[in-house]
Amino acid sequence: MTLTVNDLRVHYRTLRGEVRALDGVGFDLADGEILGLAGESGCGKTTLGKALIRLDGRMRHAGGTVTLDGEELPLSDDRAMNAYRFHKISLVPQYSMSALNPTRRIGRMVRELLASRGVSVDTDELHRRLALVGLEPGVLDRYPIELSGGMKQRAVMVISTLLDPSVLIADEVTSALDVSNQQAVVGALTGLRDKGLVTSMIFVTHDIGLTSHIADSIMVMYAGKLAEKAPTKILTTAPRHPYTKMLIGSLPQVGARYADKPLSGIAGSPPSLLDPPAGCRFRDRCPLADRQCAEEPPVVEIAPRHTVACWKAA
Amino acid sequence: MLTLDRVTKTFRAGAFGGGSVTAVDRVSFAAAPGELVSLIGESGSGKSTIGRMVLGLTEVSAGSLTLDGERVRPGKDFYRRVQGVFQDPFSCYNPVFKADRVFALIRRAYHPGVGDREWADRVEKAVRDVRLDPGQVLGRYPHQLSGGQLQRLLIARALLLDLRFLVADEITSMLDASTRIDVLNLLAGLKERGLGVLYITHDLSLGTYLAEKTVVLRNGRVVERGDTQKVFGNPLHPYTRTLLAAVPRLNQPWTAAVPLDACAYHEGGASPGDDLYETEPGHFVACAALPACGRTRA
Repeated sequence: MTLTVNDLRVHYRTLRGEVRALDGVGFDLADGEILGLAGESGCGKTTLGKALIRLDGRMRHAGGTVTLDGEELPLSDDRAMNAYRFHKISLVPQYSMSALNPTRRIGRMVRELLASRGVSVDTDELHRRLALVGLEPGVLDRYPIELSGGMKQRAVMVISTLLDPSVLIADEVTSALDVSNQQAVVGALTGLRDKGLVTSMIFVTHDIGLTSHIADSIMVMYAGKLAEKAPTKILTTAPRHPYTKMLIGSLPQVGARYADKPLSGIAGSPPSLLDPPAGCRFRDRCPLADRQCAEEPPVVEIAPRHTVACWKAA
Repeated sequence: MLTLDRVTKTFRAGAFGGGSVTAVDRVSFAAAPGELVSLIGESGSGKSTIGRMVLGLTEVSAGSLTLDGERVRPGKDFYRRVQGVFQDPFSCYNPVFKADRVFALIRRAYHPGVGDREWADRVEKAVRDVRLDPGQVLGRYPHQLSGGQLQRLLIARALLLDLRFLVADEITSMLDASTRIDVLNLLAGLKERGLGVLYITHDLSLGTYLAEKTVVLRNGRVVERGDTQKVFGNPLHPYTRTLLAAVPRLNQPWTAAVPLDACAYHEGGASPGDDLYETEPGHFVACAALPACGRTRA
């Protein structure tokens, strides 16, 4: 098991109290596994990715543990995390455009970054890795502004994985790209895993259609909690949580037409996490909800590797 | 009726404006009342520039762009009939004012004579028309509303005018899957009421969901256009095929685009001056730029 997250709680400090963005999430990430993390805005998927890298000033580690390759990560100790960050666990941010220094050529940025970690640059290896994501060695002599959005995203992917991390977190890396670039970036990410440059990966996105192409299993989160986690095939064809079902039902596929069959969204919006209601957090929007749902549903493994937090699913 | 006839937009570029970039190159299509036309293309294809020209926010360099037979003349009278909704609903509201201030601004500019009582009724009707509950959304600040609600309030704002044509530029790309479809269904409802809609997107599946007609753009040029089902049922341009093949589908692996063996434009016998060739009624395609065409650029 590369990564084990157990009952992780991360809160944001605000003037009006603590926002429980991540409220008790637990899962395992196996060696070589790509886990897709899906859910709507505010469900805590980005917070989960960030918590594994660095808690910023507003975030507080309120409980739970994260174990990476047998060692517990010192999440709340920013300085102690330096030993893990970029070496063992690395991140590809959503907007690669703002992650690159506009005044440095890519090659110089790589050299400086590696020097700061006391590692020297192996040019052949670097070229090989660029080729793996479909970039020419020439990009090293270019400034970020000279690259397209998709190229920048792939350049950042190479930089993030230079030290062969155990876990790579890809946070919405394809959201700003168009379909042909999305395909290239997703292909490059799979390539990194297949070549063993990263052991496992968490692919955060709100696009379940795209996740199903890359992920071995998919975890759906809702309002800071886990809703359902299952192997990709099962989650997309036979979901058990009503939220997952409705989320997949609201996806327009190419060829679906309003005139033939209008799709429907999910009415309502997620509860405020400042003071979340007790019980199932989806129950106000759920067509199946009844009195039992006022109690918190336990996370149950209803089949091997298929866990659901819903009273109605078991 | 919106009509574009060989509309071209050239921007000055380079250090001293010496060079020029043709963002939109001889684009022609039309959108009738009650028709939703989707404009599909990747970043930099010129789709938003077309939207901005329709709204009169950018001037047309060459060609003619007319709405109900008149040239676009930005001004109060024009914006009474034509409105746009854009990608980011959060940046369209002033965070220090309540969200429904956008309605008050419309009243001040366009309906100063309307009484309080009647105006409240009109706002309530417009809000209901976008399938929102007035009690839930009126009198709230932008941060208290979801992206989908804010986006729908902007459409309601447009409905308070004498709206004939709506430009929707990537209006769902910032929204979650669960609310995205509600906004799209709303556009379908507007269309049924006789409104013309220009729906700009890079997402093929969203474009095909609603549109009667589709225009596929690449590098500022139309590569294929026509009835949505004809364009995507039988794509005749290699670029349309590549786009279709790259769309992620649930539980279906990506397949390579099927290559074309003949250029529909040249095989069909287009006359040399045509930008597009009509292969069947309502289906136009540009040259596929195969080696046999003897052209380098599509």
